[in-house]
Amino acid sequence: MLAMNYRGPFRIRIDHDKPYPEIKHPNDAIVRVTRSCICGSDLHLYHGLVPDTRVGSTFGHEFTGIVEEVGSSVEKLKTGDHVLVPFNIACGVCSFCRQELYGNCHESNPEATAVGGIFGYSHTAGGYDGGQAEYVRVPYADVGPMIIPDWMDPEDAVLLTDVIPTGYQSAEMGGIQPGDTVIIFGAGPIGIIAAKCSWLFGAGRVVVIDQYDYRLEFVKNYAQCEVRNFRELRDPVVFAKQTTDSLGADVCIDAVGCEAAGNAVETLLGRKIPMQGGSTTALHWAINSVKKGGIVSVVGVYGPIDSLAPVGNIVNKGITIRANQASVKRLLPRLVEHVRSGVLNPKEIITHRLPLEELPEAYHMFSSKLDNCIKTVLIPPKAAS
Amino acid sequence: MTADETRPGDFKNVKAVDPTKIKGWGIDANPDNDPTYPMKLRTDEEQRGYSWERPEQQAADVEVLHSVERPNLTAVFGTSVPPSGLSGMLRRFAFKYSESSYGHWLPLMLADRINAVEGIIDDIGHGHVPNIFAERGYKADWKYNRTEFILKTAAAVAVSAGIVAMMMPKKKRKAWYQAFM
Repeated sequence: MLAMNYRGPFRIRIDHDKPYPEIKHPNDAIVRVTRSCICGSDLHLYHGLVPDTRVGSTFGHEFTGIVEEVGSSVEKLKTGDHVLVPFNIACGVCSFCRQELYGNCHESNPEATAVGGIFGYSHTAGGYDGGQAEYVRVPYADVGPMIIPDWMDPEDAVLLTDVIPTGYQSAEMGGIQPGDTVIIFGAGPIGIIAAKCSWLFGAGRVVVIDQYDYRLEFVKNYAQCEVRNFRELRDPVVFAKQTTDSLGADVCIDAVGCEAAGNAVETLLGRKIPMQGGSTTALHWAINSVKKGGIVSVVGVYGPIDSLAPVGNIVNKGITIRANQASVKRLLPRLVEHVRSGVLNPKEIITHRLPLEELPEAYHMFSSKLDNCIKTVLIPPKAAS
Repeated sequence: MTADETRPGDFKNVKAVDPTKIKGWGIDANPDNDPTYPMKLRTDEEQRGYSWERPEQQAADVEVLHSVERPNLTAVFGTSVPPSGLSGMLRRFAFKYSESSYGHWLPLMLADRINAVEGIIDDIGHGHVPNIFAERGYKADWKYNRTEFILKTAAAVAVSAGIVAMMMPKKKRKAWYQAFM
């Protein structure tokens, strides 16, 4: 079958002869992919920043597909169902899943206890092949996958597997109260959705900070928020104080993660060498921009190694930091309702639709911010017609 | 570097839009969502330890490494690329150390780099010469960023040629220079 094949940092290809996935567990399903996406966090893999990313791996944790085969214990899915598959692989029975922490499942990732299993996200996240392929094995088929409602556009569905829940949860974790000022670092797909969702919790002001004007222009129109390019600011933290009458934002959201630009030392230590779990520039800015007693919500992805952060300011300002991988299954009912009612319009963030065969170009385009790329959807050949 | 001085008049707090006019504004507002808002359905089951009825265990038909911070393999796991070769040896070594140790992560990062070289050797061994231009997706540059791409390529070729010329014996370099200049 057609599948992405990682060959090392910045090198991927499409193979035509990857073996079809097999049922490995009675609760597995095999899904024929209809749509998949490239996530911003896939770029961390692509850039070689996530430990234990093995040559030959297939990435992709945002996908929808049609069930082709089910294991002997699967009861909730049948052949032919069109499903969206949350990026978390969750058993549904461990104590974490039972508390709706589906991103923290204890029965899906033997290689690391700090993160649950994730499709196509290195052996640090369980060693599963991902959805940038024609077919994919889906463990715990009775738990994660959701049958796509008839009325839902498949492109809205594929964005409900990660980007929409992650953006929504970043705002939810911010504990936004009516009237609050929210500053979001990062105008990538997650930051864009975080801005949109901040209003749903009653934000009074939403400001997005990034370095790319085309992304800022997009989020300004899509989420009706204020935007600032940090390249035009002397210091984003000083701007945050100036624009909040010196008090700081009520809530700051780090929607960038380990590849943040804006600080040469962080870039060197976190991205070039890399001797820490990524550049923590956005996290620094978030901690220093939030008000005393405020909340910093972190959904940006960082590596597992130690990272520099202004811990003294966290203590002295009494900041609460809240972070997690999105618990997609927990959020889906609410988000599906928001899509149905038109409050959220996920597919509007899609800027590129490309055949799966053009995956290397798609990654390079997204990584290098070519052609004003924000969100790319990949279409396997069998789903193109 | 520009200094960061500010003046009192620089500080204000002005709303750019009336948020109440935005569709859906406030519909998920929750006054109980303060910093201690429970985003989990708290059951405290984990206080009873690792005691839940586990899902059926997937058979380990390939080598799967597991963290020293847990007693077993999880009920399911990926089998995409089992450890092999020199990189595999390094990965096995790394998994002797905990997730909070550099002894775990740094060997894994090194193994990833070695694995990339192993991948090239493996490709060539199978009669496939990696097409680096295609694998790096440079076609997208050609399509969307042509001028910069040509300039960067020309600069890389010039620098490479210069380095090659510098490494040549003096006589050869002179002959080469006369032939081309």
